[in-house]
Amino acid sequence: MKRQHMTVVIVGHVDHGKSTVIGRLLADTGSLPEGKLEQVKATCARNAKPFEYAFLLDALKDERSQGITIDTARCFFTTAKREYIILDAPGHIEFLKNMVTGASRAETAILVIDAKQGIQENSRRHGMVVSMIGVKRIIVLVNKMDLVHFDADAFERVKAEYGRFLHEIDVQPIAFIPVSAFYGENLIAASAKMPWYKGRPLLEELDTLTVKEQPVNLPFRLPVHDIYKFTENNDDRRIIAGTIETGKIKAGDAVTFYPSGKKSHVKSIEEFNAPARRTAQSGESVGFTLTDELYLKPGEIMALAADLPPQTSVRFKANIFWVGHAPLVEDKTYKLKLGTAQVPVKLVAIVRILDARDLSSTASQKSVNRHDVATCILETTRPIAYDLAQDIETLSRFVIVDHFEITGGGIIIEALSEGASTLHDHVSAREKQWVSGPVSAAERTLAYGHKGKFIVITGSDAAQNSTIARLLEKELFRHACKAYYLNMANLNSGLGAESGEVPDTAEEEIRLLGELGRVLTDAGQILITDLNRHDAYDIEKLKALLQPFEVFIIQAGPHTTDARLTITSTETPTEAVARICRLLKDDAILMDYNL
Amino acid sequence: MDSLQKLEAHSVYILREAYRSFKSLCMLWSIGKDSTVLLWLARKAFFSHVPIPLVHIDTHFKIPEMITYRDALARQWHLNMIYGENTAAIDAKQTFPDGNIERLQCCKFLKSEALRHTLSGEWPRYRLNHTSGNYEPDTNREPYTGVIVGVRADEEGSRSKERYFSPRDKYSEWNIGDQPPEFWNQFKTDFAPGTHVRIHPLLDWTELNIWEYIEREKIPMTSLYYDQGDGRRYRSLGCYPCTTPVASTARTPADIIKELKTGKFANIAERAGRAQDKEDAGGLETLRREGYM
Repeated sequence: MKRQHMTVVIVGHVDHGKSTVIGRLLADTGSLPEGKLEQVKATCARNAKPFEYAFLLDALKDERSQGITIDTARCFFTTAKREYIILDAPGHIEFLKNMVTGASRAETAILVIDAKQGIQENSRRHGMVVSMIGVKRIIVLVNKMDLVHFDADAFERVKAEYGRFLHEIDVQPIAFIPVSAFYGENLIAASAKMPWYKGRPLLEELDTLTVKEQPVNLPFRLPVHDIYKFTENNDDRRIIAGTIETGKIKAGDAVTFYPSGKKSHVKSIEEFNAPARRTAQSGESVGFTLTDELYLKPGEIMALAADLPPQTSVRFKANIFWVGHAPLVEDKTYKLKLGTAQVPVKLVAIVRILDARDLSSTASQKSVNRHDVATCILETTRPIAYDLAQDIETLSRFVIVDHFEITGGGIIIEALSEGASTLHDHVSAREKQWVSGPVSAAERTLAYGHKGKFIVITGSDAAQNSTIARLLEKELFRHACKAYYLNMANLNSGLGAESGEVPDTAEEEIRLLGELGRVLTDAGQILITDLNRHDAYDIEKLKALLQPFEVFIIQAGPHTTDARLTITSTETPTEAVARICRLLKDDAILMDYNL
Repeated sequence: MDSLQKLEAHSVYILREAYRSFKSLCMLWSIGKDSTVLLWLARKAFFSHVPIPLVHIDTHFKIPEMITYRDALARQWHLNMIYGENTAAIDAKQTFPDGNIERLQCCKFLKSEALRHTLSGEWPRYRLNHTSGNYEPDTNREPYTGVIVGVRADEEGSRSKERYFSPRDKYSEWNIGDQPPEFWNQFKTDFAPGTHVRIHPLLDWTELNIWEYIEREKIPMTSLYYDQGDGRRYRSLGCYPCTTPVASTARTPADIIKELKTGKFANIAERAGRAQDKEDAGGLETLRREGYM
């Protein structure tokens, strides 16, 4: 049987002795390179400093001078049972982000509490965050037992108090162990100094844990990482690449992609330098070819058509922790990264903010500040696919990016309906406040000979869209219509130029276009534009923004949704334009006498 | 899945994330075992293709077999192969082997500075023309904003603090005290203009993992790692004036694995044969802060 490895993170309040625990584990399991211990001891002797096991880890000069661990160091040790990767997470409050960085890769957490100092703010905060990011197995070390004369009561007091706290946040600890890392008591072997403790020493406790199984029995989920078509050496495979989060799949299975809803079948499972195979399962980074040439974007979730589908929505409730220097606030656009999807996101509301000092919660705060743990309502600008934390935890996890930096992370706990989206709120508020001039729409129609209309020509062939759009402007103008062709590039370099740093330009384009379309339609103009890199959801959004008016959608090429008109590939642009004009007349957009 | 399969899957994920996130991306190939495993992992990630240019810094003091092996593999695997160098220092003989400067200063000139200016595009890049078989000045002088590097956390202290995606400022400096968070599989893939990100897919691998993977996948390595009959082999590769072979009769990856597990190297640091690490208490760390890999 192959040996497994286990990743363990050590957390807890500053100076409670985490680095000493690791230094001891490395030294006492013989996992240090030859001479390292002697070398550090010699350095200490030279500097007239008493030797400490923690110095073994603090390999960086910076750290030795500051005396605190500033980042998550990785070290390795091996027992008869397995290999361990130990992540030394810093306890200083400023460095919560590093602690989470370490803990989010771990299967097990060792939480260290100083027996003499007792439970401190970060003992609670770390316990809470560690559980939120998915580490459910926690071993609590009550350290520095030598400072309380190896007293059983001192240990029991910490155990009772911290046990209550863990119970409140719904965590079942694996064990509480009284230790003295400095003297190596109860780490590798049972301590003679604490005969009253009947449990296992730390190393034995770790060795009895089983390595988390790959979640092969959950529904199949593959966040689409990328779509590759490398043509070199006549390779004509179009490969959907990704890492399988959960479940298993085999060639021939029917699959559905979310949120787009596109469907196909797995044709083959692709891999380099490996024997051909028909199945793949969670944990593997593989590739698939499909029986259909679907147009897919990275970020979709591939699921088995037969399985329960993932959630899709724009609005959801999440538990988050925030590590950004600037707080998380409403009315600001951030970037959300979930699985392989990246979408703009806004904070809609704060449900509650947890206080690490006493676990009380407050909802009065208007922003989520650095190091806060909170429950919030978030909304993305387009639907994303995910699972709830209680269903498939890995697919509920996301991070939030503010100005190039990851500033928070969280898990989704509830999907919320789309009925109440900010876009909907925005449009109804705008329409409520809209101030019209003295000229009515009917008067304008009479004067211009046509109604105001926003015509969008869409399809995957950019050149064809543009040709038709331009020809249409000319044809309508020839018939004295107030027609105007707007090229999207003009919009971006003009109105959109001042938008500054926008997380997603496609979103911003649609917003500008929708607002402008609303104004010009009201002004009685016929506005024509062509879109080619936008999807069905963008079009839906455009329609919403244009209210109370309707967008006139012309679809060029195949795959029509609810286009007013579909242009076929055999039609010439002139024929297409003639058909559009006839339809405008049928719809009473152009008056009879006009054409 | 066993440990190696998990390591492979995670490294492949990181490579794909890098390829997706950075328009101007390159991968450093030192010709050593780690970056050659990285190159192999790229072929895994991209289904036998390597859609990322490989950059090698030639100090002109590399063991000659390294260059022969580099070019042979570059041709065989159709690699987009690029090298850069510090021509001025080499021409002026401002090097340690020429006896004109100290050892660490030489590393700085021939490696760190050559690397920095090659990545930024300020100094010429030479690209392998697969038709002619020669290296020609590369017309692409765009700075690389994503640089994939094969460092491992177990190599020495400062590397154990690395992130998978680690930003560097425009002077290639590394701010160890304030590194970006990495939650789950989400890394820093957004970056301000003028900065670049170093990507470390091998961070969790150990020296033993590397050799076990080389054996499992049958990855071709330069013969310098194996005893050719004189009872010596290299454990770590570098410039010949500053790298010494170790006494060993290991002739295959399997021999090396045995040696690492049970033999005399089980407790001796891998880079023990690399002189620059010993120059002061934090020789390599100082070099790394200044941009050394």
